[in-house]
Amino acid sequence: MLRLEKRPSPSRFWQGATPVLAVVLTMIAGGLMFAALGKNPVEAIRTIFWDPLFHPQFASYSRPQLLVKAGPLILIAIGLSLGFRAGIWNIGAEGQYIMGALFGAGVGLAFYPADHWFIFPLMVIAGALGGWIWAMIPAILKTKFNTNEILVSLLMVYIAQNFLSSMSLGLLRNPQGGGFPGSRNLSQYPAASNPELFAGTGMHWGVIAALMAVIAAYILLQRHILGFHIKLAGQAPRAARYAGVNPTGLVLLCMGISGALAGLAGLFEVAGPAGQISIGFNVGYGFTAIIVAFLGRLNPIGILLAGLLMALTYIGGELAQFMLGLPAAAIQAFQGMLLFFLLAVDLLSNYRIRLGYKKEAI
Amino acid sequence: MKRTTLLATAALGLGMAFGGAASAQGMDKVKACFVYVGPIGDLGWTYQHHQGALEVVETYGDKVEIAFQENVPEGADAERVLTQMALSGCNIIFTTSFGYMDPTNTVAAKFPDIKFEHSTGYKREHPNVSTYNARFYEGRAIQGHIAGKMTKTNKIGYIGSFPIPEVVMGINSYYLHAKKVNPDVQLSVVWAFTWFDPAKEADAAKALIDQGVDVIAAHTDSTAPLAEAAKTNGAVIGFGQASDMADFKPSPRVSSIIDNWAPYYVKRVGQLLDGTYEQVDSWAGIPEGEVEIGEITDAVPAEVKAEAEAMRDAIEAGTYHPFTGPINKQDGSVWLADGDVASDGDLLGMTFFIEGITGDIPQ
Amino acid sequence: MFGGIDPALLIAALMVASVPIILAAIGELIVERAGVLNLGVEGMMIMGAVCGFIMAVQTGSAVMGFVGGALGGAALSLIFALLTQVLLANQVASGLALTLFGLGLSSLIGQNFVGIRPPATGAVPLGPLADIPFFGRVLFSHDWVVYFSIAVVAVTWWVLKATRMGLILRAVGESHDAAHALGYKVRKIRVLAIMFGGAMAGMGGAYVSLVRVPQWTDGITAGAGWIALAIVVFASWRPWRALVGAYLFGGITVLQLNLQAAGARIPVEYLSMSPYLITILVLVIMSSGKGKAALNAPASLGQNFHASR
Repeated sequence: MLRLEKRPSPSRFWQGATPVLAVVLTMIAGGLMFAALGKNPVEAIRTIFWDPLFHPQFASYSRPQLLVKAGPLILIAIGLSLGFRAGIWNIGAEGQYIMGALFGAGVGLAFYPADHWFIFPLMVIAGALGGWIWAMIPAILKTKFNTNEILVSLLMVYIAQNFLSSMSLGLLRNPQGGGFPGSRNLSQYPAASNPELFAGTGMHWGVIAALMAVIAAYILLQRHILGFHIKLAGQAPRAARYAGVNPTGLVLLCMGISGALAGLAGLFEVAGPAGQISIGFNVGYGFTAIIVAFLGRLNPIGILLAGLLMALTYIGGELAQFMLGLPAAAIQAFQGMLLFFLLAVDLLSNYRIRLGYKKEAI
Repeated sequence: MKRTTLLATAALGLGMAFGGAASAQGMDKVKACFVYVGPIGDLGWTYQHHQGALEVVETYGDKVEIAFQENVPEGADAERVLTQMALSGCNIIFTTSFGYMDPTNTVAAKFPDIKFEHSTGYKREHPNVSTYNARFYEGRAIQGHIAGKMTKTNKIGYIGSFPIPEVVMGINSYYLHAKKVNPDVQLSVVWAFTWFDPAKEADAAKALIDQGVDVIAAHTDSTAPLAEAAKTNGAVIGFGQASDMADFKPSPRVSSIIDNWAPYYVKRVGQLLDGTYEQVDSWAGIPEGEVEIGEITDAVPAEVKAEAEAMRDAIEAGTYHPFTGPINKQDGSVWLADGDVASDGDLLGMTFFIEGITGDIPQ
Repeated sequence: MFGGIDPALLIAALMVASVPIILAAIGELIVERAGVLNLGVEGMMIMGAVCGFIMAVQTGSAVMGFVGGALGGAALSLIFALLTQVLLANQVASGLALTLFGLGLSSLIGQNFVGIRPPATGAVPLGPLADIPFFGRVLFSHDWVVYFSIAVVAVTWWVLKATRMGLILRAVGESHDAAHALGYKVRKIRVLAIMFGGAMAGMGGAYVSLVRVPQWTDGITAGAGWIALAIVVFASWRPWRALVGAYLFGGITVLQLNLQAAGARIPVEYLSMSPYLITILVLVIMSSGKGKAALNAPASLGQNFHASR
């Protein structure tokens, strides 16, 4: 009989090997699905995983795009992971992302068409502030009134979406847009735009911010007392209180950081790749980032890799859709499978699988 | 902008590699690509665009190849999808939602040899960008006529998606023609703030019905409003939107507006094949077959049906424009003097209700 | 401000509008009471919507459709059960992945069923009862699923409160280690709870595709599963409160559309964010009034159980 035995500490070997194993398993299961849909499975898998990186025609463009797609995911996921570690559930990053974009773009557009060096830095601050404020609402309600932050942060997403529609139709609407919804395009307003910094690399300020966040979170968690408090609060709340951790402060801090980072992601996106505030501006980065945070096991380096992997499946999935005619739904299901396998094989790094019956505990 | 040149060079290389000397001489084979905002199974907006795409293949057979991508978010992702399509050797790319406007123009700048066609927008910043749209308000006029004649409660309803000119134009046309045949008619507008959310659309229809409305038109994409009307056993009627929605014949669906993009797509790809392609700003309607009026069922009295069909024929023949003065704005000021016809520019930027409609357009 | 809105019609409408959310929320409530957090409600709902639709079309029976919906939702939830209960994967991430997978899979399965009309689900003939003024319209003119949803709430409440099964379920959710020490099969109970949650979400989804809309199109549940999740928390994991929460949410949604239709002069964007705002406000009032007692989240919620001893 099979049984599981918890490892004293996660296995280094399996931590490295499980993602590879998961990808292989996904290729097999996904291949079967693609075959069932009447497509060549080998070609489909190659298009999703290989072509965005190495295809002679696309790779020079899609490789940098990986960073563009992964940037906001990583930035948001890093913020979320701190809260998740402390047992604080902010699942409303999508709303904070929207508000960051609205605040940031609002500041930028307020200066239009002036040209000052400080406009973009101001927008960055406003973006972080927008996300921070939006996250503070569930945080303060939690600390003051004991409301559940899962519910409030989630519902705040819908409210933010309504604000977004309202702003794209009203206050921020492009006066020269002929009555159509959507703001001016910030990429055509250099003082407020977030362009590609080095041609052909996909690097923009958002990607740099994401990398900085990874490093900062790594240091925070490894070296700083605050990181210790966060981990302690999540693993042993009572011990944390004895150790002098202030739970109210921790909630405000973790929600604040995750909100501000999500807001930043929104700002960099609206000023860069997206270019403008529009009704459909948010595309689910805030929710996908939750998956990324857990795929990366709430570890900054893991999140970096998980973000890149998610980005790869998005871009590869796009290629597979129009090169091979695979339905978008099949790509979605395929991504779901990949996540299932990644989550499932994680077992191997935390547990040993043993044959036979359990021994007596010592 | 080094990347621009890099990509342009790549595109040039590809253009040659794919054997499409895209010039006035025409092409032997065209790869036409389509970017969709929803799934092709939405049975509304995207479904109809895809039907148009399939018609292109039907018409030209081996001479065309199509590729498409569904569920492409408007914004950053659109730009990437468009670039990848351009790199893959598409000769003409149709972008079928308003939100693709800026990405379409941005990418078009990098690939001057590829034709871009943007639906429902107005920006043509480069010679290789064309825009196209359909005059849905022509269909709304006919629906308004039927609504004005058919309503027993004198209350008619409209489920709006977002308050943009496209939708406002449709509401005005609908109300104007209902009012013409029934001066007592009152219009209730419910804004759903969504293009597609069946449950919410059903709620909106229910709210209108509960308010005594007995004719409902919708500018959202699902059949939910019709299904809600169907529950009233014939007391409430409605119209198919985007696709024919024939399942709800003969009532509550008494007619429909069908977006038929096939004539335009077939024409444009054909022009690319025979070398007569030029940049256009196309806004076609009933005369060109781009807006079709679905069969008016027997639930509509024969004389009303005949009048509605006469209006359709007049629009088709070009003898009647749905926005012909005198028409005042909501605040009573004159918009069109007697006999004047609305300019396309006025219509495309329409952000006001006409006289008689109560309620404000959300700002 | 309420001029022209008939309260009887409004209440009747909100009862119908809330059914999918109630069913899904009650399912999730049981799952969470057992200590499992399944964020895949939206995915299970849409699987239920498509499976229920196909079943109803194939058999010609709407009732069979609901059975199919329940089976579809439960089948998908088994993946979640396998991941979290056997392979001990993280519940939050597994649930989100389930939603992603469910949305994709439902669209693949439903491809050939777009644009078909399912068999109708009519009102239950309650004869003269339906003619009673006000109450007839509010209470006695609905389809069977509306009554079923209320019955499910009542039964769930009773089971949790008064039966041994409910006691065990709560024990497992409060402290799986203690429950295990007492000899209860934690994993088995949780898997069953997850399947119940899937079945209920599936039926909720089937109500959307068979009654509310009634049609199959991609993404038809349009986020109802997320609202159901919020309602469970709103309800502090109590069945009747979930009903109240769903009616409150559904009621404000319906009311705001009615206000628009009646021509109320309130900006639409504020009306359309009102269901979310008011839900938050009510929750704040409820949880601030009673202090910590109001929050009875199951203590083991979201934690995986592994019998190490």
